[in-house]
Amino acid sequence: MSDTNEQIQHTALYDLHVELDAKMVPFAGYQMPIQYPLGIVKEHLQTRSSAGLFDVSHMGQIRLRGEHAAQALETLMPVDIVGLEPMKQRYALFTNERGGVMDDLMVTNAGDHLFVVVNAACKEQDINHLREHIGDVCEIEVLDDYALLALQGPQAGAVMARLDSASKALVFMTAAKLEIDGIECFVTRSGYSGEDGFEISVHNDDARRLARTLLAQPEVEAIGLGARDTLRLEAGLCLYGHDLDSQTTPVESSLLWALSRPRRADGERPGGYPGADIIMAQIANGVERKRVGIQAEGRMPVREGAILMDEDDNEIGIVTSGGFGPSVNGPIAMGYVKMPYTAIDTPLFALVRGKKIPVKVVKLPFVKQNYYRG
Amino acid sequence: MSTLKFTEDHEWVLTADDGTALIGITDYAQEQLGELVYIELPEVGAEVEKGDAVAVIESVKSASDLLMPISGEILEVNEELDGDPGKVNEDAMGAGWFLKVRMSDESELSELMDADSYHDLLEE
Repeated sequence: MSDTNEQIQHTALYDLHVELDAKMVPFAGYQMPIQYPLGIVKEHLQTRSSAGLFDVSHMGQIRLRGEHAAQALETLMPVDIVGLEPMKQRYALFTNERGGVMDDLMVTNAGDHLFVVVNAACKEQDINHLREHIGDVCEIEVLDDYALLALQGPQAGAVMARLDSASKALVFMTAAKLEIDGIECFVTRSGYSGEDGFEISVHNDDARRLARTLLAQPEVEAIGLGARDTLRLEAGLCLYGHDLDSQTTPVESSLLWALSRPRRADGERPGGYPGADIIMAQIANGVERKRVGIQAEGRMPVREGAILMDEDDNEIGIVTSGGFGPSVNGPIAMGYVKMPYTAIDTPLFALVRGKKIPVKVVKLPFVKQNYYRG
Repeated sequence: MSTLKFTEDHEWVLTADDGTALIGITDYAQEQLGELVYIELPEVGAEVEKGDAVAVIESVKSASDLLMPISGEILEVNEELDGDPGKVNEDAMGAGWFLKVRMSDESELSELMDADSYHDLLEE
């Protein structure tokens, strides 16, 4: 976790955010735009209908180099990195000895290195973790001088194709080196909005010019972290520190899909990561609680921390993310509930300001994911 | 004569000659909160004290309380806010009113700010 005594930092786009009249707030040690004058709801709907540009430069970008970097990284996560083909990307999780999640991250096989993107609030911890456990096997380069821009939305593909036609070859979770307006970028077709989109790693020196080029496209508006949160929640995606934490395993988090087959008990390279025994036992025997979608009746948002109860007032879970979904046009939430309350349509109650609000377990995501798969 | 008063919590109180008052949040407050998505209003008839949290204002990001700027009995709530909380964003000082109360202690009004003082507060 980040050191709160540290000086608050600025990303390379700080001046641009201020110029665009963003409302700036401290987030994970950085001054970040929570919203622009458009406002969270319109920024959210803009991203779902056209395209939005997000500054996510607060996230940690790391390169791992070395002949055995993939094998080394696999000792820290239940994910297949050895089998990750060149210029392909995969969602991954650092686990701890209890099988809990230390952080969730993206790993890309960039050919001569692995390109890793971790959460802002966890990056110091993650870098130390990498140095401590695999620092002797691979070279760990922290890209402090790189910005990360996310272009998300159904028009993102058209925008990128106009700027570099080579981007058309990219499908969801693949990567390429592109040149946009003469600027060298490392681009993955991914993001955290549930929409098609790209994440663009670019040197700080070029970041502002690239952002201006992207914002000059008629489809694109600047979008703040407020809408990023409502977009990811509608898409059913976890926010570390809220829906995922060091006390909760990926099996409990309903992230079984992220635990690669080759690393499971019957796979080619089973176990060999922190907490493997616990996680593999949970895959085999099940868990006592699980992450599910929660939808409230009516319009009152049910937020993080709300206790979930069954019809007999027994406490059976808790909401870990919740709010209002602008595309759903209603309250949406995710939380953890005990077995057997995880079944879709199970009626429950959320305790909000002392009142019992009727809710039910629903399927995630709340909106259809619109990834481009070619 | 009706008077318009303000609180440091960015609420307004519009008093009428008959001892009643309308209460809402200021335009500055709605701007700071952003788009409102839900407003929970109190029950008509409730006796409330100055400082009581009587309504909950939910924006996309957060929930905040409306604190009673004065004491009194709730005579009426703006039921239109139930289906259309955006009214507060559009017209915070008018159609976006929250409550009508019968004041129980009009001397409390002297503790509130007039329009000039409130504008000075916003300038700071």
